[in-house]
Amino acid sequence: MAQHHRRTFVFICSMFVALAAWPLIAGAYGVDLVTKIMIYSILALSLELLVGTTGLVCFGQAAFFGIGAYAAVLLSKDTAPSVLWLLPACVLAAAVYALAVGALSLRTRGVYFIMVTLAFAQMAYFVAHDTPLGGGTDGIYLYVKPVLGKLVDLDRPLALYFFTLACLVGTFALLALLLRSPFGRALAGIRVNEQRMRATGFSTYPYKLAAFTLSGGIAGMAGFLFAVKDGFVNPELLGWHMSGAVLIMIILGGLGRLTGALIGAFAFVLLQELFKSDAIFGAFAKHWQLDLGLTIIACVALMPSGIVGLPAHWRDRLAGRRLASAKGTPGTAAPGETTREPA
Amino acid sequence: MSVATFLIQCLNALQYGLLLFLVASGLTLIFGIMGVINLAHGSFYMIGAYMAYALAPIVASTFGGGFFAALLVGVVLAVLLGYVLEWAFYSFLYEREHLQQVLMTYGLILVFEELRSLIVGDDVHGVKPPDLLAGTLPLGDMMTYPVYRLFISAVCLALAALMWFVFTRTRLGMMIRAGSTNREMVQSLGIDIKFLYRVVFAAGVAIAVLAGMVAAPVSSVYPGMGNSVLILCFVVVVIGGIGSIRGALLASLLIGVVDTFGKVLLPQAAGVLVYVMMALILLWKPDGLFKSG
Repeated sequence: MAQHHRRTFVFICSMFVALAAWPLIAGAYGVDLVTKIMIYSILALSLELLVGTTGLVCFGQAAFFGIGAYAAVLLSKDTAPSVLWLLPACVLAAAVYALAVGALSLRTRGVYFIMVTLAFAQMAYFVAHDTPLGGGTDGIYLYVKPVLGKLVDLDRPLALYFFTLACLVGTFALLALLLRSPFGRALAGIRVNEQRMRATGFSTYPYKLAAFTLSGGIAGMAGFLFAVKDGFVNPELLGWHMSGAVLIMIILGGLGRLTGALIGAFAFVLLQELFKSDAIFGAFAKHWQLDLGLTIIACVALMPSGIVGLPAHWRDRLAGRRLASAKGTPGTAAPGETTREPA
Repeated sequence: MSVATFLIQCLNALQYGLLLFLVASGLTLIFGIMGVINLAHGSFYMIGAYMAYALAPIVASTFGGGFFAALLVGVVLAVLLGYVLEWAFYSFLYEREHLQQVLMTYGLILVFEELRSLIVGDDVHGVKPPDLLAGTLPLGDMMTYPVYRLFISAVCLALAALMWFVFTRTRLGMMIRAGSTNREMVQSLGIDIKFLYRVVFAAGVAIAVLAGMVAAPVSSVYPGMGNSVLILCFVVVVIGGIGSIRGALLASLLIGVVDTFGKVLLPQAAGVLVYVMMALILLWKPDGLFKSG
């Protein structure tokens, strides 16, 4: 087990080093693409804290993402704002909404929770879409990019790239530490069996609410970065297709592991770019969502434990087949699935 | 607001609420009975609306029937579609977690939307109501009310009554209710539960498609129309209580009233009002108005 941990640690470190070295070999397009992927990675990590760790399937993560993005645009008017206060303000805005939504939606459970978080995200969407505050379907432009002292100007792609990378590493480290803390253990306990956690004397509601708020804040940070990168926000950032996309990322990558969120974000964005590319799909690239939808269905059908779980999945299958042929009985091992007791 | 305007808005609210109920009832049934959270349910509504647009000319030229013949053909096709979809995609979702159900049905939404775009295109279309129902009723001195909207309400009410009858008064309804409580037990009594589920699913699809077809002349036909309906249906199910038809009816009517009058009285906040109402109801009753066991 210790060796497994060390291997994961080495994998993560080499991944971050590779990300830091990427601008050396990549052109402007590559830097922009990986910046986008890293932003989605942060967003996916925020959702992983809820879904993979705590077992709360939130279908409204886009709301916090979008609120962070809108806050970044709405709070910076004329002069270039400092990252030092703008980023915390965006995180706070998203976290406050998450606190309010969480306080209400965590009273429900299971499929209710999915629907309620979705509905509250839709509410935020309509605020951005219908009220004068949000600028309607056209969205709002961010004319002045925030700066950090004299050194960092986020208007420059490279500065933004490394700033995003720093945010990603910070988020990853924070969550990795958190999951090893008593707080993280309590969240994992809630996922496995909430009733038993309550029986052992944990008041689970505050734990879940804290996780929800933290997750919203991190999503808000991703939103801030997204607004700065594109210099533009529109209501679609809060739309439920975005929430669905993030869910797909973490499931594609594999639930229950932070690296899964990273791999999922990479895989998802690269798949999207692939399906959208005219060079490969020609005129059919316009209908890229069809390929995406079919891929999602295939993933659910064939990879119950995501990309991270694939090696174990195949190993189990091979072992199961060998076992079955040895005994002459059909082997029905449920590969790679963690037991989750109904809440 | 004059009395006539008020009355018209009430009728609109009723019509909208009942239509929402039709779609939501299928969603709540499929969840309540089979335990599958079906995001693609809104797509069935969309498919219905596009059928009303694209199917009517085809049916008219082959069978010579009008709007009602198209409705009939649409429902038959919908039952077939539901039956095949259940067999191909949904039947192995029963044992999966909610999360995987959400994902797969989300994938189906993308597929349906793109297929729609490939087959019919991305334009917004209008559908004419049948000549028989195209007239208006005088209401007060100045106002009139379209007959077709009354027809929608009537269809919805009739279907609601039919559903109630099937569920509470027939042997089939009894088997379905028993199946939702204990699948294995019903199976061991010699009832083909797989077939039963397939029938329920096909019925749910057919109802949503019918709702879409009937609504097409009023709402027009546009891409993404399924999604807005789907989210509202979620709100209906959350407010009404999962699996409860009675709750779904009440919640749909509530949303119809709040949305219709919200658009008249508070146009800036109309989109948000429904969700605020949901939040308030959740504060009061976290399990919805009628929780079914």
